[in-house]
Amino acid sequence: MVSLQLNAVCAGYGRTPILTDISTPIFKGGQVVALIGPNAAGKSTLFRRIAGVMKGAGEVLVTGASSPQAVCYMPQDTGANPVLSVYESIILARMQGRALKVKGDDLAKVDEVVDLLKLESISHHNIGDLSGGQRQLVSAAQALVRNPDILLMDEPTSALDLNRQIELLRIVRALAVEKKMLILIALHDINHAMRFAESVMVLSGGRLRASGPTSDVITPNLLREVYSIDARIEHCSKGIPQVIVDDVADQP
Amino acid sequence: MTTTEIQNDLSEGQGRGFYRAAVFRRQAILATLLMGLLLSLCFDLALGPARYSLQQVVTAIFMPGSASLQERVVLWDIRMPIALMAVIVGASLSVAGAQMQTILNNPLASPFTLGISAGASFGAALALAFGIAIIPGSIQYVVPLNAFVMAMLTALLIHLLTLKRGVTVETIVLLGIALVFSFNALLALIQFFASQQALSAVVFWTMGSLTKATWPKVWITLAVFVAVIPFFIRRGWALTAMRLGDTKAESFGVNAKRLRLETLVLVSLLSAIPVAFVGTIGFIGLVGPHIARILVGEDQRFFLPASALCGALILSLSSIVSKVLIPGTVFPIGIVTSLVGIPFFLSLILRTSRPSW
Repeated sequence: MVSLQLNAVCAGYGRTPILTDISTPIFKGGQVVALIGPNAAGKSTLFRRIAGVMKGAGEVLVTGASSPQAVCYMPQDTGANPVLSVYESIILARMQGRALKVKGDDLAKVDEVVDLLKLESISHHNIGDLSGGQRQLVSAAQALVRNPDILLMDEPTSALDLNRQIELLRIVRALAVEKKMLILIALHDINHAMRFAESVMVLSGGRLRASGPTSDVITPNLLREVYSIDARIEHCSKGIPQVIVDDVADQP
Repeated sequence: MTTTEIQNDLSEGQGRGFYRAAVFRRQAILATLLMGLLLSLCFDLALGPARYSLQQVVTAIFMPGSASLQERVVLWDIRMPIALMAVIVGASLSVAGAQMQTILNNPLASPFTLGISAGASFGAALALAFGIAIIPGSIQYVVPLNAFVMAMLTALLIHLLTLKRGVTVETIVLLGIALVFSFNALLALIQFFASQQALSAVVFWTMGSLTKATWPKVWITLAVFVAVIPFFIRRGWALTAMRLGDTKAESFGVNAKRLRLETLVLVSLLSAIPVAFVGTIGFIGLVGPHIARILVGEDQRFFLPASALCGALILSLSSIVSKVLIPGTVFPIGIVTSLVGIPFFLSLILRTSRPSW
């Protein structure tokens, strides 16, 4: 089974450091890990660093991966091209690093992902014609079609309606369990993190403020420290903990 | 089509069917372009002061022994290098433009707009007006050598810029435009100081002409084309991904910076050689890829050959027109490409309902 551990990871742009000394426990496949934190906390940079797109000090230790391209990063930028269809853009993601000829099993994998994310009705339309939410689903399909062991999803629900948010996160959760994938997902909605993630990493100012089981880490005190809000944790009718925000915290 | 229309579209499971149909349609378009090019090549060989039938041309090509000595000399020694040069130069410039537009994500990018052609013109003008050879060589090749060296120096300058930290594709395009204006000013300066005879030579060179094509020049241009194209084929998927933007391409595992640098080097070579031999033909590198994009989309498996075929076809047709416009006179090809290609290009752009960029 795949596992990921960060050891004193740093990253930055030029001489400007963004991430400082990020170390985590070992995260194993089969679980969803939420990455939360305020804007400009360094969430996207951490994903780019883990995916190898950015270089920096420290170690990103991946073990038990099934292929050299085991880590797949789904950025916030959905990358619209007016002359590629949804189906073609998913093939494009699938075929990176492969031969030019698209084989039957490649198309079968594309069909599987299109089916999973219910994209059939728009699969022949050009990406340029889609709404932001639809593009986000296509982006998720592009990530999933590459069969990653570790999937890094950068705010994949930011443009989706509430129903689609829950639907996508359910699929993500099911994939993690069924395929033993490790899915790291950056979220702004802390309630989604509490509902769908076993573990959470809290970033603030480029440093890791806390990490561990979601219910242990997300507390009113942490929310006050990291987000400057007064909040309490209550439970919905299904017993899932929910954050209720009372107000913006008074500045010290 | 609006987003609402798409949401209302209830068609199910059509992706693979549409994809297969699109692949078939694109293959048919490529085959049609190839047929058109072969036909155009035959007409280009047939037309001239001595006119031959298509049958005579085909016989002279495939059974030279059956053709008369005069036919063999005219078709093989005089017209074939010019006709083939049109095809290879058109293909090279169009592919160069296609990949520049791809890696810089800019519809205006071409060897012309990045200053490579302008640099070549300046180098050629130095030789034509003042006899200056940047690299000493045989007199026959001073002009193309100067043009090549200046084109590559321009490309090198652009490469050095891309290595600088924080440089965006917009900066590269802006530098290209600045280089175009700088070289054009230097070219005007040369024309100002040049003698009457040298001035007309410089002006004629900058119009572009295929008439000085020879077999060695054809082989050199072809060799560069054949050497460069496999790189683009191997990187087909990665290059297609570049049009989704760097962030998206990198998320697919593409090393965007390295691919951009490698492509820029090869594209410079691909455009410098033709420009050195036939002068500046600016239109092909810009419009050939756009026509290809309208016809087959941006999947490099089809876009790359379509760009090559469109560029080759436009220049081959222009070569025909340059001979028949006024019988007995061969018009400079650079003028004809614009006159032939621009109306065709505009009709394609205005007729298509989908955005091509």
